[in-house]
Parts: sequence; structure tokens; C-alpha cells
Amino acid sequence: MENRDLVIIGGGSAGMAAAVAAYDKGIRDILILERTEFLGGILNQCIHNGFGLHEFKEELTGPEFLTRFVNQVKERGIEYELEANVLSLTNDRVVTYLSKKGKKSIKAKAVINAAGCYERNAGAIGIPGTRPAGVITAGQAQLYLNEFGYMVGKKVFILGSGDIGLIMARRMTLEGAKVLGVAEIMPYSNGLNRNIQQCLKDFDIPLYLSHTVSKVIGKEHLEAIEISKVDERMRPIPGTEIRFDVDTLLLSIGLIPNNSILDQAGAIGSSTRGSKVNQNMETSIPGVFSCGNVLHVHDLVDYVVEEGRQAGVAAAAYLQGQQRSDGPRIECVPGNGIGYVVPSWIDMESAGDSIPLKFRCRKPSKNVYISISFNGKEVKKMLKLAMIPSEMEIIKLPKNLLDSNQGKLEVALVAKGE
Amino acid sequence: MEHILTCIVCPRGCELHVDENFNVTGNSCPRGAVYGAQEIRDPRRTLTSTVKCRGKVLRVCPVKTSGTIRKADQFRIMEIVNKTEIVPPVALGQVIVPNIGDTGVDLIATRAIDE
Repeated sequence: MENRDLVIIGGGSAGMAAAVAAYDKGIRDILILERTEFLGGILNQCIHNGFGLHEFKEELTGPEFLTRFVNQVKERGIEYELEANVLSLTNDRVVTYLSKKGKKSIKAKAVINAAGCYERNAGAIGIPGTRPAGVITAGQAQLYLNEFGYMVGKKVFILGSGDIGLIMARRMTLEGAKVLGVAEIMPYSNGLNRNIQQCLKDFDIPLYLSHTVSKVIGKEHLEAIEISKVDERMRPIPGTEIRFDVDTLLLSIGLIPNNSILDQAGAIGSSTRGSKVNQNMETSIPGVFSCGNVLHVHDLVDYVVEEGRQAGVAAAAYLQGQQRSDGPRIECVPGNGIGYVVPSWIDMESAGDSIPLKFRCRKPSKNVYISISFNGKEVKKMLKLAMIPSEMEIIKLPKNLLDSNQGKLEVALVAKGE
Repeated sequence: MEHILTCIVCPRGCELHVDENFNVTGNSCPRGAVYGAQEIRDPRRTLTSTVKCRGKVLRVCPVKTSGTIRKADQFRIMEIVNKTEIVPPVALGQVIVPNIGDTGVDLIATRAIDE
């Protein structure tokens, strides 16, 4: 069996950033396995601009952003294999993949999983009505339009106000489709404010908050949909139906980490549907790391890249002999108002001076304190004027605020005045 | 009259208040102030799209305007974009349509396509 120091699953933003970071820390024997025909991952189809303000201090389109990372990979001569689909990973780091050359297994000293995420689809939400053609996820429609060059429809309704749905509302409108509206089951949008503005308001596309699609109509092909207002328990309210005659229903109803490889390898899972990791992005399997959207779904590629780098640096340290302690650890848990926290635990022995904590609030909140407590004692508190679930927060926690190598670290929201 | 708008300069999406003298408040950075005043005077956008490509693998090539164009010009410029066809090789940043639709900016490729 072929041996490698570092195998990276996925050649998107996270995988490329991890590869470059590991290389720059002295690792030379690296192989990136990419499932599609191109490096770059999802950014290949994200032809809109707005990427890279943190990373490059300028506004780039997705393809421009990814090209810079492809160049960094190529300049270093880092090896990659395209159209290489990883089938499995074992807990002793044997990666098996399928490519045009057939099935192959590699024994890796370290593995970074950067396999990205996939879209929730119609089956996941069980929309009442028929099952005609014309109901498609927003990201799939984006791939067809932006990489293959064809439109999936002319009269469109969009369910879910995630960013991909909003971006596609603008994109299809500019290409001549009529986008009749966007329905969002929550009372607030899950997309970025600026996308509500530049993708919907710019084109007078109505956003129906607290609404969902209550019926799909059509035999062979979609003919119409009905939306209804929902009550506080998200059930459609009879009598509130609005009918739209459309040939396409785009679904932008959430992204899920594509983490089956690590799940099957036996890595302990987290509530994000990724794997549990420590502050070095290392999973419960020693030498196996996870970063980017396969770990938890991000809203900005700049943060994906940062996390990829963190994993790359940590994998290099692992390969160069740094051992993590499997003894005492600090568990990181979400408290009041917080959905999840990454990392799941901190190993003080291998932690750097500053530990990035990433988390999301559960619902929109104004004038709240983010309170970080360690073993029941508050160690950091900061005021936030506004928080929304679609924006991930990052706090870099100084290691010296933690006065023990074990216990519980909790991130919680506290209302101002409490 | 005061205008209230959402800043689109960065993902933060600040709520901007712009008064009749184009003074901007609510912005968290200088770019927001520039955007707010510009948006009231003369709203502009960067247009991104694709053009047809006679490549071996790719049938479309992503493009963008090299600077902003008037918001109201977007559909007019899209008509030109949709009539444009390229044959590889094309370099990243290569001008595909100079001074597109007399906007003063070029339509440029945002991806290199070798063949």
C-alpha cells in the first residue's frame, strides 16, 4: 500500500488552505483528493462577488478567490488528484478512493477531512402535494446555470431565504426569469442583510416571512405552488394560501456537513452534524482533522480558509511529533441562547496562546452580552448590539484566562441589565 | 428627508441613515459612508454573469464588470453579455468586451480557461 504523510479529502477552499499551511510548516508529502474535475469546490459556481474582504482586503468573485488558492497550491508543487472520490477512511487512517485509474488505498500518517457540505432537499422537509420535475435545490440550479450554462426555469419561486436562494433570485432575474417571491418559514431571514437588499429589494422580489410552501401542484412538471402563513409552531394556517403559477421551485433550506466518511471511520459526532474536534481541529481519532463546511457550515469563505489553515498547521505539528494529551480536557458547551460551539473540547497541552471559539446564536438577539465562563466563573464578557443565527461569531480566547486544564467552558448569552 | 438603507459593502450589512446633505450615520467603516452617499445619488452595482464559451470542457465562462455600473443599466448590459461568445484560451482578468454598453467599464473574465 502507498504511504503518505498527509492526505486531504476535498480540494475546495478549506482543503487547499490546509494543504498550503501544512506545506509552509515543512510538510512535503501531501496529496489532495478532489471529487470533481476542478480544484476550488463550491466557489466554482459562486460567480457573484463579495468574497475575500477579510482574506485579500478586496472584493472578488468566487472563481477569482479560488484561483488565488489554486496558484498557491501549484506554486508549492503540492500534489492533487482530480475526479478522485473518497469511499472510506479507517480509524488507522487508510484512505480508499475511486478514480479513473480504479480503486486505490493509501496509508496516511495524518488526514484532513475538508469534504464540504450538501444541500437539504425536498425529501427532507416533506412538502405536501405531487412530486413533479421542477423542484430543485438552489445550489444545483446554480451549478447548472453558472457552470453548465442552462436555466432550470422561467417562472420561479424560492423556498428558504438562505444566501444561495437569495443569490439565485438575483441571478435568475438578471438572466430573464421572473422570480415571484421567496418564502421563509422563520419570522426572520437566514440570509445576510446585504443579500436581502441587493438580491431581493433591488429587483422588487417579495420576501414572505413566516410562510412556507404548503402544496406542490403538477403532474409531470411543476405547474404551481401554494404558500401559507405559519403559526408559532410552524404549521400552515388554513385560509392563508396564496397560489403562484411557476415552473420552478428552488429550495434553499439549509446545508448539512458531508461528514459520512468520518462518521463511518468512527469519529465522535457533534450537534453540527460534523465531528467533534479539539482546538486544533483534531477529531476523536488521533491524526484525523476536520475543517470547513464538513465540520460546521460557515457563512463566509474567509473563515473557512482560516479554519483550513488551522487544521493544516495542526496536522503539520502532529506529523512533526507534537502529541496531544488524551488525559484531562476542557469541554466546550453551548449555554443559554447559543446553538453550538466549535471546538468541542480544548486540550491545554497542545493549545496555542489564543483559542478561537466559534458559535452561533439560536435566534436574533439585540443588546446582549456574550458571556464565557469557565468552571462556573465568568472569564470574558462582551456586548453585542445585534446577533443573528446566520452570522457566525468568533472570539479568540486568551489561553491564560483558563486556570485549569480540565472542566467546562460555557458560551452563553446574557441580556443587558441581568 | 432621511433615507434608511442596508449597506452592501461587506457581509456585516450595517443599517445606514443618509440625510439630505448625504451625511451618513450607522456605518461601521469609511466604505459604508461612501456607499451610503453614492446609493442615494446614483446607485451602482458590479454585474457578474457568464458568457458562452466554446471550450472543450466548459460551455460558459464567468465574467464581471471591471467596476460598477448604474443599477438601472443592469438589464441593458445583460443583453450584451448574453450575445457574447468567447473561444479559449482566456486569461483571468482578460477583457472580453471593452467599455461595455458605453458604461466606461469593461467586461472581464473571472476565470482562466485554457482550452
